[in-house]
Amino acid sequence: MPPSPTRGEGKKESDVLAYIARRIVYVIPIVISVALVCFLLVHITPGDPLVAVLPADASQELAAQLRAAYGFDRPLPVQFGLWLLRALHGDLGNSIATGRPVLAEVMRAVGNTVTLAIAAAIIGFTMGILLGLIAGYFRETWVDKLATSFAIAGVSVPHYWLGMVLVIIFSVELNWLPAVGAGPGGSAAWAWDWEHLKYLLLPAITTAVIPMGIVTRTVRALTGDILSQDFVEALRAKGLHETGVFRHVIKNAAPTALAVMGLQLGYMLGGSILIETVFSWPGSGFLLNSAIFQRDLPLLQGTILVLALFFVFLNLLVDIAQAAIDPRIKRG
Amino acid sequence: MTELPLSATADAALQAAPATKARGYWATVGRRIRRDKVSMACAFVLLLIFVSAILAPWLGLEDPYKGSMIRRLRHIGTAGYPLGTDELGRDMLARLVYGGRLSLVIGILPVILAFCIGTSLGLVAGYVGGKLNTAIMRTIDVFYAFPSVLLAIAISGALGAGILNSIVSLTVVFVPQITRVAESVTTGVRNMDFVEAARASGAGPFTIMRVHILGNVLGSIFVYATSLISVSMILAAGLSFLGLGTKPPEPEWGLMLNTLRTAIYVNPWVAALPGAMIFAVSICFNLLSDGLRSAMDIRN
Repeated sequence: MPPSPTRGEGKKESDVLAYIARRIVYVIPIVISVALVCFLLVHITPGDPLVAVLPADASQELAAQLRAAYGFDRPLPVQFGLWLLRALHGDLGNSIATGRPVLAEVMRAVGNTVTLAIAAAIIGFTMGILLGLIAGYFRETWVDKLATSFAIAGVSVPHYWLGMVLVIIFSVELNWLPAVGAGPGGSAAWAWDWEHLKYLLLPAITTAVIPMGIVTRTVRALTGDILSQDFVEALRAKGLHETGVFRHVIKNAAPTALAVMGLQLGYMLGGSILIETVFSWPGSGFLLNSAIFQRDLPLLQGTILVLALFFVFLNLLVDIAQAAIDPRIKRG
Repeated sequence: MTELPLSATADAALQAAPATKARGYWATVGRRIRRDKVSMACAFVLLLIFVSAILAPWLGLEDPYKGSMIRRLRHIGTAGYPLGTDELGRDMLARLVYGGRLSLVIGILPVILAFCIGTSLGLVAGYVGGKLNTAIMRTIDVFYAFPSVLLAIAISGALGAGILNSIVSLTVVFVPQITRVAESVTTGVRNMDFVEAARASGAGPFTIMRVHILGNVLGSIFVYATSLISVSMILAAGLSFLGLGTKPPEPEWGLMLNTLRTAIYVNPWVAALPGAMIFAVSICFNLLSDGLRSAMDIRN
């Protein structure tokens, strides 16, 4: 949580700018701590991190040589410093399994995850906003109950299982959509046409379910709260048409709803591993999965670092956007 | 209605007063939740799943480990196998019931552990305040920089597969969330007059934390923790689904879903059954938690 700024009642532009500056500065210690956690991940692994590269009958000298080559023989803080320095220059080491640079592998995979997350965001946020507005407007009616049940089912469903069920319905039973993969040319030849989109559809719907539920609940609560405020009464009293009232509702709900959606986008980017595994979608989660099972520690470390940094910066963007839209927002 | 003299009504009211004992807060909450049909239905389903998991060996079920090559992947409704058989010919009904034992433990235990650790941390941070608060809360912030699924998988992946590792990783995921809630409610209660009064009358910090603060914050932290069980069930089974939890042939819903994935072209609906169990438990906990939250909000 950012340090709470002392703010007066005057909401001047400089206040907002000062807040944004503080928020950006606050990111620095977070980034370093995130890097530290990623660095330490490798050191909580049981056994020798060299196991994956060393042949089973390796001699003591070879082991020592490799240990020095990877820098594992130095004290931990020094290792962290060197690792961080190299990471700042975009060098996250080489994958043990493929020998290729980790950063290039991760960035290529992240591109596919971003494609998936954007498609899921379009579906999930549109559905969530619509359902939330309807449910909030017609509170305590059957429409509200239906939308709310839909939202609760969305946040409670094990999404990897939902992915399987969708595959069973649309691929196995109906044979309409492909079950796995990212299209004819793999991820390299991705295009936004039907040939490729049909591969994206099922994973995107599966990913969209949780954000849909959360956005529905948020927008419903916001709409209900705003509609029960006095100013809405006043708007209606002065004869404003319901569509006009609705415009006010949307304007007032937007900052909070945007913040929630920003956070959800971050979760979709970082939490895609289960869905990507179900659909063999060649994204960062799929990469993480193979890194875990091949005990490819540099790749594991690098993927988690990149995904966590995405999340940190997305949060930063959300906070800044929110401060810019609504200077009254309580910060701290 | 007959007009009674004023003194007579006053007398009656005075006599009646001691007879109606004021209902306590928790009794009121209990009464409110018992009237909530959805919560009671969820509680009943959960009770059924829990009891059958505990009593599994005495329910006269098939052996959940005994497979047979000649009766693999039978359909739902086959005579003798009401829910069919899995890819190794093991009875699905027995495996689903037995699977509840491990699945419920690895799903719920992390939340219980995180509840204990997070409440203590949040209580101390909120009550003591100052540098200790900053130290605890800023450390917590670091864990918030990771999406929870990623954090759970990162820790579990680094530690390696295993039930204990998956419980540890999920506990680490939930401790920061509970600590944050505990800290914020504690800070809210700390400056209230009755805490000041207790301090003035000589109560030590531990007594105040235990008696005056814990009693007032435990309810809201508890409700928050119950809302995490649903996520925890999904994540715990998810880790097993990825192969980071328990190992075959142990019946566990996430792992069963994983091994049955290969069978979706042969017998799709049997393959989907373990996930339906996770869904049922998860949604029941979610609805029950929602019901508890609104039952505890007695001002409305």
